[in-house]
Parts: sequence; structure tokens; C-alpha cells
Amino acid sequence: MASLRDIKTRITSTKKTSQITKAMEMVSAAKWNRAVQNAKAFQPYMDKIQEVAASVAAGSKGVNHPMLVSRPIKKTGYLVITSDRGLAGAYNSSVLRHVFQTIKQRHKSQDEYAIIAAGRVGRDFFVKRGINVELEIVGLPDQPSFADITDITGPTVGMFSDGTFDELYMYYNHYVSAIQQDVTERKLLPLTDIAPTGKMVSYEFEPSAEDILEVLLPQYAESLIFGAILDGKASEHAARMSAMKSATDNAKELINSLSLQFNRARQAAITQEITEIVGGAAALE
Amino acid sequence: MKTLQVSVVTPDGPVYDADAQMVSTKAQSGDLGVLPGHIPMVAPLEIGSVRVKKDGSTEFIAVSGGLLEVRPDKVTILAQSAEKADNIDLARAKAAAARAEKRLQDKSDHVDARRAELSLRRAINRISLAEKKF
Repeated sequence: MASLRDIKTRITSTKKTSQITKAMEMVSAAKWNRAVQNAKAFQPYMDKIQEVAASVAAGSKGVNHPMLVSRPIKKTGYLVITSDRGLAGAYNSSVLRHVFQTIKQRHKSQDEYAIIAAGRVGRDFFVKRGINVELEIVGLPDQPSFADITDITGPTVGMFSDGTFDELYMYYNHYVSAIQQDVTERKLLPLTDIAPTGKMVSYEFEPSAEDILEVLLPQYAESLIFGAILDGKASEHAARMSAMKSATDNAKELINSLSLQFNRARQAAITQEITEIVGGAAALE
Repeated sequence: MKTLQVSVVTPDGPVYDADAQMVSTKAQSGDLGVLPGHIPMVAPLEIGSVRVKKDGSTEFIAVSGGLLEVRPDKVTILAQSAEKADNIDLARAKAAAARAEKRLQDKSDHVDARRAELSLRRAINRISLAEKKF
């Protein structure tokens, strides 16, 4: 059995740890709140651009834009959104496992794909496994604004246009609720699935449908990436919050069982002392 | 009197929302004014200002390109960034202009001249709008 002092030390250190995890939980809760708000603020923009894109794409049959056309696939790009830091439960590992398995299933040689990594954890994962990381962005702020991510959206969309990739998939954790985040795969480019939104309007194009698509489609694709990043951030903070909450709960449980052990050991020591004294007194008589 | 509902939305959230009598702005094909009852239309915008006329006063919004979507009773501007003239941070815009100019003068290879030029134009647009106010 561990000595009284050992147990005492363990209790103290567990308490310290639980204070830290508790603080991290509260910080994540605040960030999570903001992240959800950001995702909500972005929604009107996304809805609108989706609506316009669907109307324009439907209203301009016969007009072809490179971003709408499926090409024969020589190389596939995977945009993987992870966090920069760990301690977020299964947040990163579930996305990375999913991507890794998908790649293994779909591709035979290394030349058929490349990774675009958003987030340090994802980048390190692929670099360590010798997978080609074409573009990376690390150190995104917790509340990214659109300007922060133009460094990744612009080149990503550019890589499709200049033929580096023939298709582009995006992987991230979709935020469902504070306790549920789902790994989501989304085909980003070519834009073959702009969903019609119901209220289609036939527009007059000024100057022409081609010119509109030229501006609209890159902006649309970039918005999809930005939306995924915001979604991912909300998931990240929610995942970290619940991970830290369960860590705090576990620490509490551990402290309880250690205190019980400590009290038992203390009582045993006292009992032993009394027995010794009584025994000593009896020997004198 | 008929009015138009004008809204400017960016990825970082809605910037402007109001009822107005007229909207005028600069599209890539030239200056463009929109009155209530306009036929549905889509046009790409230049980096420039949007003038919103309402109740005798005019409001200015700086936009960095994007799209203009017109419906008979509604105008929506989808821009990657936009700021109302009285919200523009003049010091920040000036700093951005100076930075972009420096990058343009730097002739080394790693500078993306087109991007620097665009950011310079955006900064100049913001500065000119902010200064017009005061």
C-alpha cells in the first residue's frame, strides 16, 4: 500500500490538473460561443451566394466555365481541416483516420493525390507519413475572418484552375451540437452539385453570363471553404470543451477515491499506534 | 414612395441593411444606378463605393468587388469585405496602403504584384471614402 505521503502528493497534483482542465473548459466554452455566432453570421452570405449561383448556373445553360466541368481525373486534392492544438478529444483523430483510409482505398500511387492541410495537427500527421502536402496553413486565429483565410482559399481554387488538381475534396468536422460533431466529406470542385434552392429567378446578366460566372464561382468556392473552416472551428471548441469537461470529471472521481484511500491509511496508522501503546502498557503490568 | 431593400452581406456577417430610394455603384461594365422596380439582374462590381440614397441623405459603403444582385424590390451586394464609410478605420487603411505600396516597389520574385495592387486599390478606396466624410 502506498504511504500516506505518496497519496497526499497524488491528491495535490490531481487537484492542480483538474484546476487547469476546468479553466481550459471555461475558455473553450467562451470560444465555442463566439465560433457558433460567427458561423451563424456567415449563413446569410452563404445562402445568398448559393441562391445566386444556382440561378445563374441554371439560367445560363450552354455557357461553360472551367470550374463547372468534370475533367478526367489525374490528381485529386484533399483539403483537410484540423486544429492547431490537441487536447480536443477525438476531434482531429477522427478526421485524419477517415481521410487516411479514404486515400488508401482510392489511390494506388503517391502521384495521384496531394494534401492541403489547414491546421498544424493535420499537417504533422501527413508529413510524418511521407504524404505530399501541397499547401498548408497553420496558426489560424480562433475566430477567423474571411481575410485570414484568403491565403488558403485563393491558392486552393487556383490549383484547380491551373490543373494541379482535377478534383478537390474537403474534410472537416461538421458541428451538430455541443456533444456531437460529424466527420464530413464534401466535393468542392468541380462544382457539379450547386443545389437549386427552390425560388429560382431568371436574371438579366450585365455584361454577360460568362463574366458573372468568372467572378461568382471562385467567390462561391472560397465561401464554401470558409464555411467549412467556421464549422470546423465551432466543432473544435465544442470538442475541446467536452474533452476538458470529462477530464475534470475524471480528476474529481480520482480525487475522491484517493481521499478515501488516504483516510483509510491514516486510520490504519492511528489504529496501529493505539494497539502499540496498549500492547506496551499491557507488557508493563 | 416606393423603396428598395438594400443589404450588403459579407462572409463575416451582414454589414448594412436598410430601405432606400436609390442605389448607385460601379459595376465592371460601368456606373450603375438602381431604382425600385428594376428587372432582376446580376452584375460583378469593381472595387469602389456604393451610394445609398434614402430620405434625402446619402450613405456610402466601401466594397471590395463582389456581386450585385437586383430584384424588383431588393438589392443584395455580396462582397468579400465591405465597410460603412463612418466605420472605416482610417489609420488602418493608410497602413494597408503604405504596406501595399512597399510590396509593389519590392521587385523580388516572391511578391505577388497583382495581389499587392489589388490590396492597394482597396486601401485607397477606403481612404478616399473615409476622408470624404470629414
